[in-house]
Amino acid sequence: MSRVKWVALSLAILVVLLLLIAPGALAHVDPVATGDAHLQGPSGSHLFGTDLLGRDVFSRTVYGARPVLIASFLGVLLATAAGVAIGVLGGVAPRRLNAVVMRMVDVFLALPVLLIALILIATAGSGVRSIVLAIGIAFTPGFARVVESSVRRLRTAEYVEAARVFGSTTLRTSWRHLLPNLLTEVVVLGSSAIGWGVLTATTLSFLGLGVRLPAPDWGSDLAAGATNLADAWWLSTFPGLAIMATILLANFSGDHLMRVLDPRAGIRLGRSFRTLATHLSRHGGDTAYESA
Amino acid sequence: MARFVLRRLGSAIPVVFGITLIAFVLVHVVPGDPAKVILYGANASPEQIATLREQLGLDDPLWRQYVDFADNLLHGNLGTSFLTQNSVAHELLSRAPSTLILTAASMLVAVLVGVPLGLVAGMRPGSVLDTVARWISFAGVAVPYFFLALLLVLLFSVKLHLLSAIDDGTAKSLILPAVSLGWGYAAILTRLVRGRVIDELRSDYVKSARARGSGELRVLLRHVLRNSSVPAVTTIGLQFGNILTGAAITEVIFGRAGLGSFLATSITSKNIPVVQGAVVVIGIAYVVINLGVDLVVGAIDPRTRQEAAA
Repeated sequence: MSRVKWVALSLAILVVLLLLIAPGALAHVDPVATGDAHLQGPSGSHLFGTDLLGRDVFSRTVYGARPVLIASFLGVLLATAAGVAIGVLGGVAPRRLNAVVMRMVDVFLALPVLLIALILIATAGSGVRSIVLAIGIAFTPGFARVVESSVRRLRTAEYVEAARVFGSTTLRTSWRHLLPNLLTEVVVLGSSAIGWGVLTATTLSFLGLGVRLPAPDWGSDLAAGATNLADAWWLSTFPGLAIMATILLANFSGDHLMRVLDPRAGIRLGRSFRTLATHLSRHGGDTAYESA
Repeated sequence: MARFVLRRLGSAIPVVFGITLIAFVLVHVVPGDPAKVILYGANASPEQIATLREQLGLDDPLWRQYVDFADNLLHGNLGTSFLTQNSVAHELLSRAPSTLILTAASMLVAVLVGVPLGLVAGMRPGSVLDTVARWISFAGVAVPYFFLALLLVLLFSVKLHLLSAIDDGTAKSLILPAVSLGWGYAAILTRLVRGRVIDELRSDYVKSARARGSGELRVLLRHVLRNSSVPAVTTIGLQFGNILTGAAITEVIFGRAGLGSFLATSITSKNIPVVQGAVVVIGIAYVVINLGVDLVVGAIDPRTRQEAAA
């Protein structure tokens, strides 16, 4: 990793944090304030142009980040926690219980991620909170599957056997020996799933299941701009580019985090990664490991 | 092989059971009385609600309701749509061809782009072509398909007037939706095939084939491509369900009347029987396709049969 990349990555992460915590620092115009300048192209006064109601697209793009970032971060966090809990339970459980738990995971794996998310929103109603829950539940089975197979591999490790011989209970073994060893893998897998989280969150808000209008959101703004595609290309393009940049950033940081945390992990994690990628994609694919 | 088939069939049964259970539970987890949800709470009188509860058997014990639900499913009866009062099975079936055509066309795009690109990139890692392939697959992963769809419409139908953005039933109007949906999967396939080709080219049997004097083209087509096809087939099968749901968004954008757009509108209008039906149909289709893929792969590659037994 060159110094230039370091600087670029740090800057990008700083921008993401600003978008999340203080979007007002980046855009001074109220994103929902309507104006007289309708459908103006990008210019000095409106960097990304204005929309049908004369609202500033730059400001909407800046403020539209928050619901997307919150939904994808919290959703993935939820899925990681639930996936680890279920995966460890399945991994240390006796054979019968393992079969029951993992068959249930299989049922959810048989349903496409987006379908699970849509079902959830059908029952819980639309909104950012529902999207968090939808991503959380839809991504959980993929994590559970990967963690379970890692736990089963770890269980036969000598130090785990040794702990058992010395009378360590299953709970203690899981907590003291299995979880710490899973940590790197879980952190890396979780961070790489954020890109898929962003894609799922924006897909759902694109379908109008996210924030309540007129609040800005990349997905719903992109959809709204589609009706004026012919005469105002900037309406959909800027939110779309923002989504793209976020997914790329999430994938790059996931890669980088993996190399920093555990340089040897590449090959070992490659397999887990592919498994998770298959489960979560279309939302799928990563940047480097497919050939690892 | 017979034991492998039986084992694989056996493991699919609990999954199918689970899918029907999820669909069944759906109507009960929607907040509020299902009968009121069905009547849209639209000033329904208590008598109307009571009659409907009676009709739907909502006062029966839960297990009894599930047995009735499963019995109906086995007879191909998926209930009636809240909105149109038509049979859900009929409504889903009438929209299925459009979606299946889009799904198949997208998979075709994915295979036609992904396999050759991965093959060329894997043959010469680090070459210019490999770099190009890498960027294309990189873009395929990062560009959301709904955004790609809009960009394609902007370029090819708004600016160049080459292709229609609206479905008019012709094959030409299928190009844009199929490319925008298939592109991301092309990226996944490219990466997968590239990795496999690099591995296979290093293997001993390729060396020995070359030593025997096989031409490069023959090595590539007879040996490398054949051995790389197993994971590619598996991946395509696993992606089927995702492409099917991805079609939902693509259909909304391109104004195609298919399963996906139907499902999306049913979700926003809380048309639960349709959602239930779609869950059952998509879930079971996914299980059947993966079963088929596993059996095909098991037939091609005997090692996978043993892995499944282990």
